[in-house]
Amino acid sequence: MNCFSKSYLKSLPRDIRLKQRYRAEKRFRAYGYTAIGIGVFFLTALLWSIFSQGYTAFWQTSITLPVKLDVAVIDPQNRRDKNPQILITANYPVLIRNALAEKLGIAIDDYIGLRELNHMISPSAGIKLRKMVLDNPQIIGSTQSLTVLAGADIDSAFKGKINLTVSEISRKISNRQIKWMYKLAAEGSLYKAFNTGLFIFASSSRPETSGLGVALIGSFYMILIVLMFSLPIGVATAIYLEEYARKNRFTDLIEININNLAAVPSIVFGLLGVSVFINFFGLPRSSSLVGGLVLTLMTLPIIIIATRSALRAVPISIRSAALGVGASKIQMVFQHVLPLAAPGILTGTVIGLTRALGETAPLLLIGMVAFIANYPRTLMDPATALPVQIYMWANESERAFIERTSGAIIVLLMFLAVINTIAVLLRRRFEQHR
Amino acid sequence: MSSELKIKMCGLDVKVSYGKKRALHGITLNILENKVTALIGPSGCGKSTFLRCLNRMNDTIEGALVTGKILLDEEDIYDSSVDVVELRARVGMVFQKPNPFPKSVYENVAYGPRIHGLAKSRVALNEIVEQSLVKAGLFSEVKDRLHDVGTSLSGGQQQRLCIARAIAVSPEVILMDEPCSALDPIATAKIEELIDDLRRNYTIAIVTHSMQQAARVSQFTAMFHLGNLVEVGTTDTIFTSPQERRTQDYITGRFG
Ligand SMILES: Nc1ncnc2c1ncn2[C@@H]1O[C@H](COP(=O)(O)OP(=O)(O)O)[C@@H](O)[C@H]1O
Ligand SMILES: [Mg+2]
Repeated sequence: MNCFSKSYLKSLPRDIRLKQRYRAEKRFRAYGYTAIGIGVFFLTALLWSIFSQGYTAFWQTSITLPVKLDVAVIDPQNRRDKNPQILITANYPVLIRNALAEKLGIAIDDYIGLRELNHMISPSAGIKLRKMVLDNPQIIGSTQSLTVLAGADIDSAFKGKINLTVSEISRKISNRQIKWMYKLAAEGSLYKAFNTGLFIFASSSRPETSGLGVALIGSFYMILIVLMFSLPIGVATAIYLEEYARKNRFTDLIEININNLAAVPSIVFGLLGVSVFINFFGLPRSSSLVGGLVLTLMTLPIIIIATRSALRAVPISIRSAALGVGASKIQMVFQHVLPLAAPGILTGTVIGLTRALGETAPLLLIGMVAFIANYPRTLMDPATALPVQIYMWANESERAFIERTSGAIIVLLMFLAVINTIAVLLRRRFEQHR
Repeated sequence: MSSELKIKMCGLDVKVSYGKKRALHGITLNILENKVTALIGPSGCGKSTFLRCLNRMNDTIEGALVTGKILLDEEDIYDSSVDVVELRARVGMVFQKPNPFPKSVYENVAYGPRIHGLAKSRVALNEIVEQSLVKAGLFSEVKDRLHDVGTSLSGGQQQRLCIARAIAVSPEVILMDEPCSALDPIATAKIEELIDDLRRNYTIAIVTHSMQQAARVSQFTAMFHLGNLVEVGTTDTIFTSPQERRTQDYITGRFG
């Protein structure tokens, strides 16, 4: 009898449990959808909370005023030619307050009103006016149009971040201030403008004049250092281990240790940085150099591991092909294997870089959490980093710092997005040559 | 055979082991100049291993140990004075699976001449590339696609590209390890034709699993079994009146 005949197949008792199999598949798919759904939900919630709180940080309330540079206030005794100190110590905030008082029609003897007016303007306004006068003393006596930042509370109120319906004593701005604010806004003298200060200002105790300037420079320096050190060292190490080193106990030990290093909590690297770079080598605390080196140590194992697996993934046939036409080992590695491994190396590098960019703990240990009012000019100057700045702002209590914290998070996320986009584009370019 | 036969390569008592495992137990075999020598035998009998000894590709395998002598024009290629890179330029190799570099057709062929400094100028290099592609019977098919990626060609074209790449460095011997096993019959026929053409200028050693192929392209055939050389002779003799029982069984398909 032919065992493949139809009748034979039919007569076989079969129990392949079709229904159960389909059900199992459906169940599995449902698990998948649920997992993805939960993930998407939390991601959306996170992004929504950050963006809804943070987008206002990119606008800042400003006031434009005609300010009369009254000689009687700046230099009543007319001694500025002999004593240049006069122009530095002059009472500029009063000039701005008076300009505002005049605009709003407030009497010169309404002391409470004047004090409330003072709170509407950021203290940075006086400094700005002083600079303007020092740059060009001829303008004394004339009337100049000046744009200054509004005080932090006015800024928050104008952005709708302060509840104005509660009773006057339990809120930070008075009824009169609210009235003036709307009056100025109606005239067009008080308005929201793009907050360039967020990106360029250094540390400050006032929210409206604090920005990410130092942190951006610090993060940029550190990323450069990480890239400069960890990419060549990491790739070279991986090539050596993968292509040249003999497989023996010693290289096994190295391999295990590198894998362990990748799992070491980042704060431990911070401690290492303190004892090695600061205490032993005597590099300056809080400097981008030390921060960058610590992050380099953290990034190295990631790049080494990624590069090794990328090298391992290059097919043997390509290696044989290169050796077969008489390429030397180093030619094989650098002209054939490495280009094919490049996308994998790039992915590893980007994972390492983005991790380094978002790292806070080790930087706290090496003293990068500091109030730094000047831009770091060299790698040795004290600096902070974006995530550290976020950490510091998150600890501030003032209302206006909350939106700045979220704003800084948005900037950090943008940074990461830019790096990832560059990586994707580069990767695509590499892969075109396959 | 006629007296003009010259020994191009010659293995003398070649033994190979991979770690503790012995793969070849003393092979002595001549590869004659401008002839095609086919290596046949069941899987795992050491054909590829022997072939890899001829251009020292075994050096790249960790744990492989080769003893005995292999002569190329009477010079021992395992001698310390021999440079492997130069040897591989003289003894080229074509692999079982077509393995063009993931670069352009042109770059695939130009790579060898470039690293061996064979072309003094761009024009000379172009000439070498074109000639190699012509000899590999591929030029007419790819002359408009020289800058396409080599891996975008069909399987048979890729294998001929690999042959062109081997030819480009002007080798004296070409080793082929089952060059057609991944190809369809038409592509196979083209390669077989090509091998017959190449014989005029090169010495060829080819591993094959197809008895018909061995019979069609080779003048000499060596039968391997379990790491030993069972029998070697002209292809005619081996296929019509083999001396050994094992050869006859293998050729007639009784094992293998
Ligand atoms: N790289 C290697 N490592 C260890 N053993 C190998 C290796 N290559 C081949 N061998 C062994 O050597 C023997 C001969 O293999 P090979 O030369 O590939 O045979 P063939 O090409 O005739 O099929 C086989 O037993 C195989 O298992
Ligand atoms: Mg084989």
